[in-house]
Amino acid sequence: METKVIVGLGSCGIAAGARKVYDKLEAFKKAENLQFELKKTSCVGMCYREPLVEIIDDTGTYLYGEIDEERALELIEKHINQKSPVKEYVVQSDLFETIDNEFTGDQVKITLRNCGYIDPENIEDYEAKDGYRAIKKIAGYSMSRLDVIQTVIESGLRGRGGGGFPTGLKWKFANNNKSDEKYIICNADEGDPGAFMDRSVLEGDPHTVLEGMIIGAYAIEATGGVIYCRAEYPLAIKRLQIAIEQARAKGYLGENILGINGFNFDIYIKEGAGAFVCGEETALIASVEGQRGMPRKRPPFPAASGLWKKPTNINNVETLANIPWIIQHGAAEYAKYGTEKSKGTKVFALAGKIRRSGLVEVPMGMSIRDVIFKLGGGIQDGKKFKAVQMGGPSGGCIPAHLADTIVDYDSVNATGAIMGSGGMVVMDESTCMIDVAKFFLDFTQKESCGKCTFCRIGTKRMLEILTNITEGRGEEGDIERLEELSYQIKDNSLCGLGQTAPNPVLTTIRYFRDEYEAHIRDKKCPALVCTKLLTYEVVEANCTGCTVCAVNCPVDAISGARKEIHHIDQEVCINCGVCFTKCKFDAIKIS
Amino acid sequence: MRIERIAVKQEIEDLGPVDLDLLNPLIEKYKSKKGNLIPLLQGAQDIYGYIPRLAFEKLASETGNELSDMYGVVTFYAQFRLNPVGKHIIKVCHGTACHVQNARALTTSLKEALKVDDGGTTEDGLFTLESVACLGCCSLAPVMMIGNETYGKLDGSQAVKIMKKIRISENN
Repeated sequence: METKVIVGLGSCGIAAGARKVYDKLEAFKKAENLQFELKKTSCVGMCYREPLVEIIDDTGTYLYGEIDEERALELIEKHINQKSPVKEYVVQSDLFETIDNEFTGDQVKITLRNCGYIDPENIEDYEAKDGYRAIKKIAGYSMSRLDVIQTVIESGLRGRGGGGFPTGLKWKFANNNKSDEKYIICNADEGDPGAFMDRSVLEGDPHTVLEGMIIGAYAIEATGGVIYCRAEYPLAIKRLQIAIEQARAKGYLGENILGINGFNFDIYIKEGAGAFVCGEETALIASVEGQRGMPRKRPPFPAASGLWKKPTNINNVETLANIPWIIQHGAAEYAKYGTEKSKGTKVFALAGKIRRSGLVEVPMGMSIRDVIFKLGGGIQDGKKFKAVQMGGPSGGCIPAHLADTIVDYDSVNATGAIMGSGGMVVMDESTCMIDVAKFFLDFTQKESCGKCTFCRIGTKRMLEILTNITEGRGEEGDIERLEELSYQIKDNSLCGLGQTAPNPVLTTIRYFRDEYEAHIRDKKCPALVCTKLLTYEVVEANCTGCTVCAVNCPVDAISGARKEIHHIDQEVCINCGVCFTKCKFDAIKIS
Repeated sequence: MRIERIAVKQEIEDLGPVDLDLLNPLIEKYKSKKGNLIPLLQGAQDIYGYIPRLAFEKLASETGNELSDMYGVVTFYAQFRLNPVGKHIIKVCHGTACHVQNARALTTSLKEALKVDDGGTTEDGLFTLESVACLGCCSLAPVMMIGNETYGKLDGSQAVKIMKKIRISENN
């Protein structure tokens, strides 16, 4: 066979320089008239090794990591021309073990089954991997709408956007509501800061999302489909657009799809305009209709009255990506994975202070410890694991001593965090938990749509209290005030944003109360993050008298002649930290 | 609520001539579609980089949308701008992963180097500095995006260096 050279061109790969690698290879191949097939794929999940180049030849597969332009040419010379693979750059191979096997070994890929293996802009690649086989199965075996819904119910699949509502039941409700017009919406407004699995699926395997939507449309008798995608994901939108056109050309979208009489369905993309609250179903619908994305009271639920007041079913990207696999392999095969109440697999985005950041897909029921330490390789720079934030602004921080919690909806909820969309931001001893809580409140406070008083004003008051605490103005009773506000906001908000906004504060109070107390009583930040609570001093042994700190100090608090030890006047110092970042000799100490 | 943004945006004024004919194909495309308001506004912003007052008025009179609805939508979503922006928009990611990897240092250094506040545009009109929620490149945190290029694993001085490189190539 002809040797294949495949470059991973997901957003993260491109940011790491993969586009340049691809262009270089393309130019070199042309200039030297080399015989190999140059292909594109998307992210395989090993973001920590980007840019990735895979070479497949007669002997096997070799996935090379951290390949810049220079190394790419080295690969061509050694692997292709001299037929001797460059083992030191190999991160994964089907021929031998590598250190990165720890990352991939325990993963079960259903959602991400094609990501990083096919060219997302080529429908034939998807078809070659059993793509559109599930919808063909429905057409070929005349599976009824209720059969499809029953299969999804039996699979135990629950909404992967965070709610965890059983997908099959959702479809059943939408199916029960009869109407001449019905809609299915794919929620691709991945707003959780720290989660990027939906982006990866859309960029890496857009057709599986389309097929999931087509199957859903068949099941609930939808007449129109909308993908509501974040405008911040330009590459995902471009690839979806290409995929939709290809699917139309092949008759997977259009009229009487695959010969199913009366099954007319098409999909269009609606670009979001940047509002976190639009992840909430009724707000999303308002946004598609061209209004301000403000949630409304339910009932009526979207299944009864949604887009343009017609029955509407909304599923998340990851949920839909599971559907074709479930239909093709059967409910029992899917339900083999997972725990009693949470079936199947879940994709997690590992980020923060973790050694191997990227995307992993694991069976429900794996412990958080295994995800972080086994797959993720533990904490960067040998530091101590402190907590993991799950569920984004609606979730909470799970402390190190609860690391044996397993990942399923109910176990994670019991800690006060939520599964959410699957972001895991790992924190070490240098992360201040009050600063993290403040970060999320700052986010929810800005993103509150303003409809409910408690969410609009309550989050603002909470943010003010947290700001005071981090700046040394904390008072006794602040913790209790935060708790009281939290419960009021939770009880008096209409939608999920307000109902969950206090979670990051409540979980950090629950597990890291001593840190709050250190800030409030001792005016100290144990993690050395809150600059207003720190003192900066010159380490005389290291100071060379280079004057860089004094020159950069915005308030002229640093004195000292050239080549003499400098001194910081604590009365004048505003704790901005500039001297610390500017000093090249580790001569500024924080305490 | 992003109250500070709304306050800034009430000072709508027109800066320079605006070629309104550029809007015609857009209006033609969306005029008769329901739910057209957001795509119309996005399209207008793609053309001008922001939404000029005159564009509002033309869109309102030719598509039947109310000016008040349009203003309501524009001030609700983070994407829309009512003031012109610089040639290059520097988006510094402040998602969770970037936050714990010290994205603040990037914004602080860039603010200092560009002499603008967050959301501001430099005097020469070359750069606009913005903070954004997650760009989805969490594994490369902290990240910033200029145009369609994403830069990862930065610190303050590297971010400034990248900006200066662009400035030099623009001035030549």
